[in-house]
Amino acid sequence: MSVAANAVTEQAVPRGARGLRHNLRQMRREWSAYAFLSPAVIVFSLFTAFSLLFLLYMTFHEWSIIQPQKPYVGLDNYKDLIHDERFKRSVINTFYYTGAQVPLTMLVGLGVALLLNQPLRGRGILRTMFFLPNITPLVVVAIVWKWLYNGDYGLFNYYLLKTHLIHDPLLWLSDKNLAMPAVVLMAVWNGVGFAMVVYLAGLQSIPEELYEAAKVDGAGWFQRLRSITLPMLRPSTIFLVVIEIIFSFQVFTQIFVMTSGGPVDRTTTVVYYIYESAFKFFEMGYASTVAFALFLMLLVFTALQIRIQRRGAW
Amino acid sequence: MVSATVVEERVEAPPAPAKRSWHFTSSTAKKVFAYGILVPGACLFVAPFVWLISASFQHVGDIFSWPPQWIPKNPTVEAYKVFFGIGASEDVQNRAAEGVTRWFLNSAFVATTITVLQLLFNSMAAYVFAKRRFPGRNLIFLAFLSTMMVPPQVSLIPNYLIMKHIPLFGGNDILGLGGHGMLDSYYGLILPNAAAAFGIFLLRQYMQSIPDELLDAARIDGASEFKIFWRVVLPLCRPALAAMAIFTFTYAWEDFLWPLIIISSPNHQTAPLGLALFVVKNRTSWDVLMAGSVIATLPMVVVFAVFQRHFIRGISLTGLKA
Repeated sequence: MSVAANAVTEQAVPRGARGLRHNLRQMRREWSAYAFLSPAVIVFSLFTAFSLLFLLYMTFHEWSIIQPQKPYVGLDNYKDLIHDERFKRSVINTFYYTGAQVPLTMLVGLGVALLLNQPLRGRGILRTMFFLPNITPLVVVAIVWKWLYNGDYGLFNYYLLKTHLIHDPLLWLSDKNLAMPAVVLMAVWNGVGFAMVVYLAGLQSIPEELYEAAKVDGAGWFQRLRSITLPMLRPSTIFLVVIEIIFSFQVFTQIFVMTSGGPVDRTTTVVYYIYESAFKFFEMGYASTVAFALFLMLLVFTALQIRIQRRGAW
Repeated sequence: MVSATVVEERVEAPPAPAKRSWHFTSSTAKKVFAYGILVPGACLFVAPFVWLISASFQHVGDIFSWPPQWIPKNPTVEAYKVFFGIGASEDVQNRAAEGVTRWFLNSAFVATTITVLQLLFNSMAAYVFAKRRFPGRNLIFLAFLSTMMVPPQVSLIPNYLIMKHIPLFGGNDILGLGGHGMLDSYYGLILPNAAAAFGIFLLRQYMQSIPDELLDAARIDGASEFKIFWRVVLPLCRPALAAMAIFTFTYAWEDFLWPLIIISSPNHQTAPLGLALFVVKNRTSWDVLMAGSVIATLPMVVVFAVFQRHFIRGISLTGLKA
């Protein structure tokens, strides 16, 4: 916030024609600044700014790669979108995924961080073990988990059968009620490390004196957690909520590798639906409309993310 | 290396002598409790990797065995041999034709190029925003910031078409028609990722801490603007650049959706793309797939082991000051 304010006051330049001339003179003198910016400007104006405008333009057209004609169809794509059961399904699935994955990941991450935030031998190794899934390429993670979930020779079924927790093998990824929980479980496993690291950093910045004072006042472990730790971790929590929601709205890779959106669309997320509409059915105009809907859904969260990032510093 | 931590050990105050025995038992119980949860938990987190590595050293038939083999009964490096096309046996020769080594060379080339370009372009822009005054600075900066509002999945479709219609490229005429443009090329993989607002933003914040006097001194000595940037600013930003390099490289190495839509020939496939298509098409060489997965993970593990300090610091500090 202060950044923008500073910059505005710096630019107290004279207005009107003299101001313009002054500006032009300054622009000529500082030409190298523009040269330094130009690569990034070119990349962003083509692949982000123009891209977004083009996306909006496409939402008003029937745009198939195969057909040479791209007729203007007005709001038809939007009307279709509202009545599209598969789109509704994909939104529900995305909310389901986000609503389950984000809180679970953060809760487990917080628990691990709290346990690791004490002087323990081998703490570094334990932390690395929890963080390992995070540095593994998502495609590899998805491949391994697809294997673990396999109905015939997967490890999950093997151990569940062996411990008599189940009597018949479960078809994890092809059961319409189990597929999404299975995908969520994998995502939690994959994401705990990140939440843990963020929470550990937050825990380290809580002054020890607060705990000392609370102990003197006779506060128990749970009370210290509730009235010191959790409130002091609020910035970390807000940061995580925003980042995790943005990421989970963009989920695609696991779906592609593990379920291809199935069974019966139970794991078709919004991004997977965009991919399918655009690159399987070649309905690019309609797919753009879905993408634009995703953009609107994420707008609030990305705005929040930018605000958080502007306040924080390295 | 693994235990090198940023999160510093918190030194506990020595317990008061009178309470020593009580404190001792209490902290022991706490430790037992912590280990009791952490150790099994950590093992669960690592188990899939152990199994992956084990499977990559098994014969195809053994991977499907029931009960599963955690330690291969007949260990073999056949899958890795096939993977790298080493060896003269007919089997190796036949299966090596699947061209998997190529995926990794492609990934290494693309990820490295993206990282180098981003380090250069991001820091150039960041430097200007942090240290130069010129008309329109705030406006351009805000415009840069707002590009972060558009996630890559949203600009996916238009960017695909933009790539297809780059003029005078890949058989296109001056209007960008007729050919396939930059689709299915390294250019297509690299160019949209040549700069990132997020990186510019973080570097700018870091560069603001460089004292202006240092730059002015260089200016008085007659150094050109580029020389100041290259010789004075960049060396001072080494820690920030290191953190950014790691993020960019891992992101580029893992990227999946963009390569998936623009790459069509096996020659240009990256490692994640090759592996994923392998699974989706349900080919039979699962042992090779497992070996490939291990190899795809290795660069990440190496990068992490070497730069762990920067890695964790970068993650915990990107936009977060608790």
